[in-house]
Amino acid sequence: MSNNEIAVRTDGLTKRFGKFVAVDHVSLEVKKREIFGFLGANGAGKTTVIRMLCGLLLPTEGQGIVAGFDIREEPERIKRNIGYMSQKFSLYDDLRIEENLYFFGGIYGLDAGALAKRSREIMERLGLWSRRENMTRDLPLGYKQRLALGCAVMHEPKILFLDEPTAGVDPIARREFWRLIYQMAEAGTTVFVTTHYMDEAEYCNRLSIMHQGRIIAVAGPQALKQEYGLATVQDVFIHLVKGQEE
Amino acid sequence: MRRLLGSRTAALARKEVIHILRDPRSLIIIFILPLIMMMIFGYAIDMDLKNIRLGALDHDRSPSSRAFLEKLHASPNFEITRRLVRRDEIKTMILSRSIRAAVVLPEGFGESIRQEILTPIQVIVDGADANSANIIINFLQAYIADYSLSLSTVHLQPLEVRVRMLYNPGMKSANFVVPGLVAVFLMMVCAMLTSVTIAREKETGTLEQILVSPIRKHEVIIGKVLPYVVLSFLIGSVILGFSYFWFKVPFRGSVLLLASLSLFYIFTALAFGLLISTVSPNQQMAMVISLVSTILPVIMLSGFIFPLASMPRVLQWVSYVIPARYFLLVIRGIMLKGTEIGTAWPWILPLMGLAAWFLLIAARRFKLKL
Repeated sequence: MSNNEIAVRTDGLTKRFGKFVAVDHVSLEVKKREIFGFLGANGAGKTTVIRMLCGLLLPTEGQGIVAGFDIREEPERIKRNIGYMSQKFSLYDDLRIEENLYFFGGIYGLDAGALAKRSREIMERLGLWSRRENMTRDLPLGYKQRLALGCAVMHEPKILFLDEPTAGVDPIARREFWRLIYQMAEAGTTVFVTTHYMDEAEYCNRLSIMHQGRIIAVAGPQALKQEYGLATVQDVFIHLVKGQEE
Repeated sequence: MRRLLGSRTAALARKEVIHILRDPRSLIIIFILPLIMMMIFGYAIDMDLKNIRLGALDHDRSPSSRAFLEKLHASPNFEITRRLVRRDEIKTMILSRSIRAAVVLPEGFGESIRQEILTPIQVIVDGADANSANIIINFLQAYIADYSLSLSTVHLQPLEVRVRMLYNPGMKSANFVVPGLVAVFLMMVCAMLTSVTIAREKETGTLEQILVSPIRKHEVIIGKVLPYVVLSFLIGSVILGFSYFWFKVPFRGSVLLLASLSLFYIFTALAFGLLISTVSPNQQMAMVISLVSTILPVIMLSGFIFPLASMPRVLQWVSYVIPARYFLLVIRGIMLKGTEIGTAWPWILPLMGLAAWFLLIAARRFKLKL
């Protein structure tokens, strides 16, 4: 596979906090325009991997290339090309929907014209237009989640990192959210998404299953199910994790 | 604004202004609180003692002893509220705080004055409050010295002290205390505002969201702090206006000079706030740390009330890292004495040094934390 078809590649990526090994020699490849699912229980090390890939944490060991740039050498250039949505939908409660979008677009250096155009586009596409004057604190959780997604893509990133984007949201809002993720992938964005909802894992093009800092399986959901002869990704996941613990 | 700051810094600054304006309750508090505290401090830290309550025990009961006490009662500093008969009453009166001190005139007071022989007058003072006790003793000694001079027909003392008080001729405490309050508030408000606003972003996770963007560290700091420079400047102006129009504190120097030098102080205080934000995990912590680390040191160790010269050496050393120490010289100098830039600039240098030091540590920790 040629290098310009790869969005993210890591090689022996490791992060230790003192003696605790949060991420243990993780090597993976994510293709462009792929929806790459990152599965694992809480504390498996998913967030730490994402943070290293986004330039928020320095790896203790190992290499990583994101959007063609080295995570140690060129974090600034990576930051221009990625969008990141953290676990807790980090938005400003006392700002209106539009103001949140303007702010996050603004810190990526978008000019006034681009801010107006992009924020309108996003609000229409994500179904936020009718509530654009609403204060963020008054929004239902599903709206906040979509707004957080909108804030992360204001600058039209090539790669989108979503860290448990659907945590705590009702099933209908979750399905709606995945529809948006599909749209973005079709439009050419690479999506790197962590989750612990196994039904969501079925939506991904490829999956990696992480357990105690290590990757224990990488494949498409169909391939995984066939390999282990199980009906759902959930069964595969439980089978693999149990196998590790024995 | 955009062109001057760069669009990313401007975006951050604009958002910060929205935060400030959307929270009018806090805004009112930070403007009203200084005024309330000024009323309390301006009047309560009144070191001018007036109408000190005295007891008088007159063993002589002669016309001259009565004249002595009447004149004492008529003086603006004292008021004889109790005529005592027995000695043991003094203690009870002082204990119940109905009097602060007592004057005892011995038997034969009038006679010995007439003969111009040395006449002892006993003064008994409540020493529990050492500061006031000293002032009372000084006042009484001055009064008695004056009185004995007026008795003798010839001026026996060849030397006479004639004091001319410069800069605060009325010796009004407010003139001394109120400019100091500006220093206290600016420090407290600046440190608290910046540390809390950054701690809030940490708490809600928005700081992480900002840090994955290509924004630079200095852009975050400038964009975050700049709106608070303006806000602090406004607060400072309100306090100063209040002290000028309400407390009638004189303003002898240049307003422009004070305004521009205040910016250095505000900058130092904001840098300190930034430093606090890097050590506090959440808003409450930031609030507590900034209150504790500003109010007490600024009030105790800056020369705001207690003269630095009379402090133990160690505390004097500590005072060198307290920015208010230098700003107090600036603001009191400019307001009360009309100090000019030529005299004031050396006080700005240590302020700049402290600001640079705070910023350096803050910038370093800022990087480590994230």
